[in-house]
Amino acid sequence: MLTPSFAGMSDAILVEGLQKRFGSNTALAGVDLTVPEGSVLGLLGPNGAGKTTVVRILTTLLAPDAGRAEVVGIDVLRDPGRVRSVIGLTGQYAAVDEYLTGFENLEMVGRLYRLGRRESRARAGELLERFDLTDAADRPAKTYSGGMRRRLDIAASLIARPRVLFLDEPTTGLDPRSRLAMWEFIADLAGGGTTILLTTQYLEEADRLADRMVVIDRGRVIARGTADELKAQVGGQRLELTVSSAAELTDAARLLEPLAAGDTHADEQTRRLSVPVRGGTDALAEALRLLAGSSVEVLDVGLRRPDLDDVFLTLTGHAAEDGTDDREPAGRTPAETAGSAR
Amino acid sequence: MTALDSAPPPLAAPDTAAVLAALGSGERPRPQGPLAASATFGWRTLLRIKHVPEQLFDVTVFPVMLTLIFTYLFGGALAGSVEAYVQFFLPGILVQSILMITMYTGVALNTDIGKGVFDRIRSLPVWRPSALVGALLGDVVRFTLASVVVLGLGMALGLRPGGGVVGLLAAVGLLLVFAFALGWVWTYLALRLRTPQAVMGWSMMVLMPLTFGSNIFVDPATMPGWLRSVVEVNPVSHLVSAVRGLVHGGVDGADVGWVLLWAAALVAVLGPLTMRRYRARA
Repeated sequence: MLTPSFAGMSDAILVEGLQKRFGSNTALAGVDLTVPEGSVLGLLGPNGAGKTTVVRILTTLLAPDAGRAEVVGIDVLRDPGRVRSVIGLTGQYAAVDEYLTGFENLEMVGRLYRLGRRESRARAGELLERFDLTDAADRPAKTYSGGMRRRLDIAASLIARPRVLFLDEPTTGLDPRSRLAMWEFIADLAGGGTTILLTTQYLEEADRLADRMVVIDRGRVIARGTADELKAQVGGQRLELTVSSAAELTDAARLLEPLAAGDTHADEQTRRLSVPVRGGTDALAEALRLLAGSSVEVLDVGLRRPDLDDVFLTLTGHAAEDGTDDREPAGRTPAETAGSAR
Repeated sequence: MTALDSAPPPLAAPDTAAVLAALGSGERPRPQGPLAASATFGWRTLLRIKHVPEQLFDVTVFPVMLTLIFTYLFGGALAGSVEAYVQFFLPGILVQSILMITMYTGVALNTDIGKGVFDRIRSLPVWRPSALVGALLGDVVRFTLASVVVLGLGMALGLRPGGGVVGLLAAVGLLLVFAFALGWVWTYLALRLRTPQAVMGWSMMVLMPLTFGSNIFVDPATMPGWLRSVVEVNPVSHLVSAVRGLVHGGVDGADVGWVLLWAAALVAVLGPLTMRRYRARA
């Protein structure tokens, strides 16, 4: 898979100072990122952050206003044709021809890659089998569920075995079962040496799949690193407990006061108390001792490291999911691809 | 790489090793050349016809309806008898029917854009115009089918083509050339407008004056002078005259020349304009 490239060129994707405006709306205000060959980069951000714009520029669908972008050492502006021959793209909308059957969809893409009719058909059959679509192979894609369309879409982007794969929100609109299967597949693919750039709004997804992450918001990179590095930026552990009634929150907070290393946060709706602590499991044991003699009924207690939601909240001041949706008008809302998942 | 949970997902996850094995380990193949890629896209259009034969409904029913309405409703008044009117009118309605259905090429392309299929196609290493050329060529098959329907109906209504089989074939051939060229107007609109409905609306606005402002229905000699001069430069009038000449024998070479010139001009102007939009489309 690793092919000798230009000297020192170990990055499969290189982006420098990328800028793009749509009218008065700045989609990208200077984005830099690199993805080493064979690794997975998670590009995170709320709707409208600029994730899709980055993908569209790297896949030659859109020209940037300024900056440089290379895929396996090939400049996307100067030589888009060669870039297209080494990439695979799965966009936000399952890009399958609804009137064609699953098999015909794959055969068409295979033939466009000049695999030849026989080879295209052979690969289409194999891919359908591996993606659990054999039973639906001869049905028009119109009849597929959201999860099936997504699988077909990804199969189409793999038929010519791309060195670099772009997945733009690959699990948006999928039900939890399909999402798990998709995650497993993406992880396996990465294990096989394919370089993957994955955009997502789901922090759990990036945490699970990506080697490294770049967080963008309003067209700028606001953080980058491994999941652990990002979490370390936010701070240490928290003791979290859920009590049986909201009234008990005050008591619990008072009892645990001696352990708190910062501001304690109580949420009445979820009846949950969150206390920043030091000392790990010792703090947990101490907390249980303090609560043992009291009237507070604890339903759940645990020590939690910050997750990417905390990271996002700390970095941007708003949660990952509540960005306003002002993405470029390239197509229709992802909700459209959502609906019909089994 | 983050470790995966040990719990197996309920859906059968694809076996990646097998997928990679299935895909083979050879070099990625070279992309298709212009002709092969266009042929593949044309094949796609034909598959769509095969799976959704209903889309042939407007291709067949609409021309039949128009032919019957005009022949029986106006035939007597316009030409003295139904029989006489069919001789004059049928080549014209053939042109009208085919030109009307060319607009579905643009509607289909705009639908592709909305559904994201367009992005997938643009990310493939193929000759860029092939997606459009292929779609237009695939549609030529639909146009041929509609031509057969209209001519068949015409014969049943009493059309007597003096030009014989050769004349009919030449007439349909010329019509298809012009229809292919006109298709570039719709592909251009499809890339400029946001919805398939808008593409349809604009197409009608172009097609209505283009076809009715011609010599399809009546002889321009009956029109006021200013209108007649408009009708006489309309490329559709040349097309209709040429098709009439080929069907009945005794075609005016100048009409054929004008049609070919217009077709070449449409492709020469709108082809590059369309492709510029195609590349730039965000």
